[in-house]
Amino acid sequence: MSVKLGVPSKGRLMEKTFDWFGARGVTLARTGSDREYAGAVEGLDGLELVLLSAGEIPRELAAGRIHLGVTGSDLVREKLGAWEEKVLELEPMGFGHADLIIAVPKAWVDVTTLDDLDAVAAAFRARHGFRLRIATKYHRLVRDYLREHGVADYQLVDSQGATEGTVKNETAEAIADITSTGETLRANHLKILAGGPVHRSQATLFKSRKAAWTDEDRAVLAALKAKLGIEA
Amino acid sequence: MADKSAIRAEAARFRAFFEAQGAQLVDPPILQPAETLLDLYGEDIRARAYVTADPALGEAMLRPDFTVPVVEMHMQGGAEPARYTYEGEIFRKQEEATHRAPEYIQVGFELFDRADPAAADAEVFALIAEALAPLGLRAATGDIGILSAAVSGLSTSEARKRALMRHLWRPRRFRTLLDRFAGRAAQPEGRAELLARSDPMACDAPLVGLRSEAEIAARIAALIEDAKTPPIPEVEVALLDDLLGLRETMSNITEHLRDLAVDMPAISPAVERLAARGRALAARGVDIDGLDFEGSYGRTALEYYDGFVFGFYAEGRPDLPPVATGGRYDALTRVLGRGHEIPAVGGVIRPELVLRLGEGRA
Repeated sequence: MSVKLGVPSKGRLMEKTFDWFGARGVTLARTGSDREYAGAVEGLDGLELVLLSAGEIPRELAAGRIHLGVTGSDLVREKLGAWEEKVLELEPMGFGHADLIIAVPKAWVDVTTLDDLDAVAAAFRARHGFRLRIATKYHRLVRDYLREHGVADYQLVDSQGATEGTVKNETAEAIADITSTGETLRANHLKILAGGPVHRSQATLFKSRKAAWTDEDRAVLAALKAKLGIEA
Repeated sequence: MADKSAIRAEAARFRAFFEAQGAQLVDPPILQPAETLLDLYGEDIRARAYVTADPALGEAMLRPDFTVPVVEMHMQGGAEPARYTYEGEIFRKQEEATHRAPEYIQVGFELFDRADPAAADAEVFALIAEALAPLGLRAATGDIGILSAAVSGLSTSEARKRALMRHLWRPRRFRTLLDRFAGRAAQPEGRAELLARSDPMACDAPLVGLRSEAEIAARIAALIEDAKTPPIPEVEVALLDDLLGLRETMSNITEHLRDLAVDMPAISPAVERLAARGRALAARGVDIDGLDFEGSYGRTALEYYDGFVFGFYAEGRPDLPPVATGGRYDALTRVLGRGHEIPAVGGVIRPELVLRLGEGRA
């Protein structure tokens, strides 16, 4: 048996992950043709590279089918209920930064904070007969955040893409989405609520609490952590 | 864990007990229209209920409780007064407490009665207490009606009272608002700047979306009005804190509350209702000297309880959820009754917990 490390199978996230491990003396590479999802590891025995879609890595970690995985901290929190029981954050990797934010029309001059959003939601419901709609694909993160801050009288509507357009199209009154620059928000006449993002995401190395860890696996993990400079 | 047939047998035993007290057996469907529940509970119910879709029904939920469908059924022409009992599975996702079962059996009793709310409260509580008597559980009670009366009696604007009432079931948010309205906490970011502007409506971006300019203007007018509202007096906040912090036995609570009511006359009618409930409980043989009353009890329960609230707990087993819970939900009948309403009170028992606790004792 070997320790399975799940890494995003394409794009910048894969390249940055390879760079990050490479800089620490563990060489990860795709093998075969460009289209074949197979990988190789040099610099550490007993570690096996598994290339997966970043969105599937949380689920594979929770199921224990991979021992370690690299994915966005937002995806783990969004896709796994009680995520801390299933995975452990070993190390934030310092790339893939993205903030999950809530945005409202810029012309809502009366809304700066979540506090305002809550008050507006109450008035909106009384006036329109339905709850103020927030378009998002991050249902769990946004719902937990709004509950924790005592926001009521809203509803989440699912939006898997072009989320910033939902306000103008009147299918939502506000949005919650990942933004790295804010350009799209400005172009759609939206502004971010004050008070910090719902979640500051970055690529993170996770350890599965659900995988079977043999003594050999633990030795491989200890060697890997030593190479990567991860303490404890 | 007890096997399911034993749990069903235990549930049937409680149901037969409620039927013997005159309750009519009802059997609401497991699939409930999601819209009604979402409208009542908001987005939080999505985190707790299993949502599914039917090509014809649309979005549906596996019933997360019985009260809502029983109220709906009653409001469509039930007799008065009415007593109902039911048993069956309810379904709740346990995302944050994965050791708890997502599917379990409840047995319940609901009483719709206009004549004597105190007697109705006492009847429901006393029946459940009698059914659970062998387990020696601790009962806790509270009264959301006293809290809402206290809020409605504050010397402040109707808008501020409405805001506090809306968050009665979210203690942290309630506290934030109360501190702000009492002048003990700063205004939220951006508020002062907005109100200081010569034209608060001015904006360099076009308005997009359904919320209109008139709605924004109305909110700004409300904010200007609110900024002029004097703070809630310290003494009133202190009284409210006293009320929220109360812990007493049912037999002693009335005198405490009457003392508070000297300075908070708005709660007097609710305190007298509580006193009448105490008498009705005693008349039914409930030991009110050993019955706890907590000022904040029920504030984190389901939002529909608006009067008497209660729960039965196994002492020394904080790992277990309450064995039984219940309360009064007059406002829910108003919401679901489309113009009709009837005072109503009810409670549910979890027979699986009864069996588990019974095994421990045997």
